Amino acid sequence: MAYRWKNTLTHKDVTPHAAFLNRRQLMAGLAAGVGLAGVATGALAQDTLEPNAYEDITQYNNYYEFGTGKGDPAKNAHSLTTSPWTVKIDGLVDKPGDYAMADIMDAMTIEERIYRFRCVEAWSMVIPWNGFELADLLAMAGVQYEAKYVAFETALRPDEMPGVRFPALDWPYVEGLRLDEALHPLTIMATGIYGKDIPNQNGAPMRLVVPWKYGFKSIKSIVRITLTDKEPPTSWNKANAREYGFYSNVNPEVSHPRWSQASERMVGGGLFAKRQPTLMFNGYEEEVAGLYEGMDLKANF
Amino acid sequence: MIDRINAAARRVPTWVVYLILLLPAPYTFYLALSGGLGPDPVKPLEHKYGEIALQLLIAGLCVSPLRQYTHINLIKFRRTLGVLAFTYVALHLLVWALLDVQTIGRVIEDIIKRPYITIGMAGFVLLLPLALTSNNWSVRRLGPRWRKLHKLTYIAVVLGGVHFIWLVKGIQLEPLIYMAVILALLALRYKRLLR
Repeated sequence: MAYRWKNTLTHKDVTPHAAFLNRRQLMAGLAAGVGLAGVATGALAQDTLEPNAYEDITQYNNYYEFGTGKGDPAKNAHSLTTSPWTVKIDGLVDKPGDYAMADIMDAMTIEERIYRFRCVEAWSMVIPWNGFELADLLAMAGVQYEAKYVAFETALRPDEMPGVRFPALDWPYVEGLRLDEALHPLTIMATGIYGKDIPNQNGAPMRLVVPWKYGFKSIKSIVRITLTDKEPPTSWNKANAREYGFYSNVNPEVSHPRWSQASERMVGGGLFAKRQPTLMFNGYEEEVAGLYEGMDLKANF
Repeated sequence: MIDRINAAARRVPTWVVYLILLLPAPYTFYLALSGGLGPDPVKPLEHKYGEIALQLLIAGLCVSPLRQYTHINLIKFRRTLGVLAFTYVALHLLVWALLDVQTIGRVIEDIIKRPYITIGMAGFVLLLPLALTSNNWSVRRLGPRWRKLHKLTYIAVVLGGVHFIWLVKGIQLEPLIYMAVILALLALRYKRLLR
């Protein structure tokens, strides 16, 4: 590994739950009359970031296997069996096989990462994840020299996932990263939120988190990881290649055909919150811009 | 049975229908303010107003087939439904422009650049002359031309249906059902439309 990501947000930045709820009530009252002009100006400094409430993070989800409404996953995902769980790691690895989730957890060191999370629908959150670097998991399987990409696949269980009865997408959900993106220290496998086990609607028992890319790249409830030498297919790209590229890096300068990406609504801000300007690579430009040096990010969107 | 429905309908003044069908507007707004629409209330509020508008347009389309096939006569409320639909389209547009997009430059940019918004906007523009002529004076003044003008509803409601299909991510069932209902209701008028 080149270096390990140092988190500048710590547990001290996480507003205590009760205080957070109080503050939200206060803000809702203020926002109506005064507006939040002062808060909204300029770039988002790390130290002013406020993680979203646990309820927001776990009740407001896109997980189409459980329905396309934002509240559907929280309502329906309880039916997913997440234990026991196995992850097949195959392709260009030294030790292919079915890895039991329990064994993976035993081998990994869980740490906290407070990341911005930006959806292509132009809303965002701040989420205190718990998890481990994907690089560590890949090292466990032994990535072979010829591997250039990592492909991921979500569980497909029609009995447990009411959303897959309708072909909103071509199931199972698949995603992919270039190997250097996958090995980047910012890229984690999340297994918890706010120190608790990750809820099913957020992708239990293990999901990807790639904080500089749009949320849909961060595939949930992973059952298979395949190392390959070819760019793997990705679900949203298959559904609409004009709108969703393979890279899907958060980029305020590349406008999505249906949503401008220049600004975003912070979830939890209430009805009158001002939009925030979107940051290049979702605020992780310093860490990841190097991965794309020499690439035309308008062509490789 | 049908006679009784018609008799009851005759007794209900249109202002009662206005009042009842306008109630969801402030109620949904209150929900959005108080957290009842979830942590990101702007989109659900915007969508709810748009959805009600489409439902009211569809309800308006049901009036004449209902009369033709079941003899239930609700023609008295057709204009009411139309005006209400326009009101919700206008609220939908206001929430989108003021609370969601927030800047006039981007509102204009979105209308020009994003086809699903262009289509939605076109639907609104088509409804505008209809809303303006939905009064007795205009009906008398325009005579037979009034009926002709108000056939624009058919185009507006199709634009609304396309707008809905286009705005969702992936293929979703709900907008497809709306579109199927719209097309079915227009198909019932197939012969009359050709005339």
